Amino acid sequence: MENNIPENIENKLYKVKYKTDSKCHLNPNNSKCLQCIDKVCTIICPANVYNYNETEKKLTVSYEKCLECGACKLICKNIDWVYPSSGKGVNFKNS
Amino acid sequence: MSEEISEKNKIDVIVVGAGPAGVSAAITIARGGKKVVLVERGSFAGSKNMYGGVIYSHAAKEIFPNFEDNAPIERFVASHNYVLLSENSSTIISYENYEQEKNAFVAIRAKWDKWCVEEAMKEGVYYAPETLVKELILKDGKVVGITTDIEDYYADIVIIADGVNSLLAKQLRLRENIKPKNVALGVKEVIKLPAEIINNRFGLTNEKGAAYELVGGPLEGLFGLGFIYTNKDSVSIGLGVSLEDLKNKKIKPYELLEKLKSHPAIAKFIEDGELLEYSAHLIPEGGYNCIPKLYTDGAMIVGDAAMLVNNVHFEGTNFAMISGKFAGETALEALENNDFSSNMLCLYKKKLTNSFILKDLKTYKDVISVLSSRTDSFLNYYPSKVNEFFGIFTTADGQEKRAKFVKFTKDFFRKRSLAELFKDAIAGIKLVFGILK
Repeated sequence: MENNIPENIENKLYKVKYKTDSKCHLNPNNSKCLQCIDKVCTIICPANVYNYNETEKKLTVSYEKCLECGACKLICKNIDWVYPSSGKGVNFKNS
Repeated sequence: MSEEISEKNKIDVIVVGAGPAGVSAAITIARGGKKVVLVERGSFAGSKNMYGGVIYSHAAKEIFPNFEDNAPIERFVASHNYVLLSENSSTIISYENYEQEKNAFVAIRAKWDKWCVEEAMKEGVYYAPETLVKELILKDGKVVGITTDIEDYYADIVIIADGVNSLLAKQLRLRENIKPKNVALGVKEVIKLPAEIINNRFGLTNEKGAAYELVGGPLEGLFGLGFIYTNKDSVSIGLGVSLEDLKNKKIKPYELLEKLKSHPAIAKFIEDGELLEYSAHLIPEGGYNCIPKLYTDGAMIVGDAAMLVNNVHFEGTNFAMISGKFAGETALEALENNDFSSNMLCLYKKKLTNSFILKDLKTYKDVISVLSSRTDSFLNYYPSKVNEFFGIFTTADGQEKRAKFVKFTKDFFRKRSLAELFKDAIAGIKLVFGILK
């Protein structure tokens, strides 16, 4: 059926309003990420914040896309998770 | 910090978080003539909030008796629908009560929460948006204030209404770390459609709205449900699925939502729509067994922060508002007696215990764990069987009916071992007796 609803997550996130914080509020312990097999954060995050870069052997964190749900910190103990600074981060207008 | 400064920045009560629980607590305190500041980390109240969702009129009325006059209500829920999905069919049970069409209403949180705070300010609540509370200040084990990005503030009581992730409850060690099985991850899309099209598609008129709970099919036996709610000129569609299941089955939540949206029973509702917003939030699922210690010296915990949600009935906003009100009343009593110890604040717990909130949560304390142990049965297999039955019942194809019903019955027992059926029956009995005992 026809509609104007993007299927791709990046295009969905394009519709979300943010006031981007100057510093990252999600800090995984990269040495633990190296040993982590499942990397579940890359799957369950509803904003696709976490991606594992195989060549650099590093977890990239696109914190500016974060919807602040907190799911990642519950499935992984190695993410230092705090809220963005005052007034910063996601700004839901229609939810 | 010197005593002098602490006195300058001191107020009767600080409420952290301007959601339904926080605003209800704050307005109750202001109405009692005490000084209260409502602190919110977002740029406006509601900007961090997402829910299914509906707000229940009984709770809204208790806090805002005349809310119907000017609150930003999208539509009252006049039509309740339960959709059992299989891969390529659906069965809908629809309930409408023409004498009681205003029991619940749909609102958009960015508008509703903001309106609530504006009302609270009219009644004397001090409001501090864009203020992130970094931690609570403790003195001799008692909560005495908050540390924000900018300054420290002091109060006789701090009411913790900072939502499901409550970092403050965690700081006080009032609750253990939440386990993934005790929360659902909710994702939702708000899809713009003209009001007339919504009315036609959902069979609605004027301010009447519809709620749909979606079971089975694309949810692939995960422990969770989908939902659709009609706004004025948009439709909210989403799902809430156990974080544990998403983790174990390695499913991306937005891909699951895509599958749900493309099911023929659902796709027809959002055809030609335009995405307004995508959002995500955690939903407390642990119920009675996961409620933290609700108070300590100088502090009380309300709403989602206290895990006060009844998932079976989609009740959360009403628990939030009424728990906030109880905490507000308790704070007034404590200020009257100049006693902010746990001894005094346990009145809050008593109020919750004597109300529908803890009574209902206690009644349902085992429901989620029983259901989640039989997810595939109750949320996948039986819904698909219902669809299969109606498939046979409604199909005329020149074949005799008896043979089809015999096959249906045989398959029912063949595809489900007796042991499995027995476990389902036991779970069913547990549910009924668990609730009625």
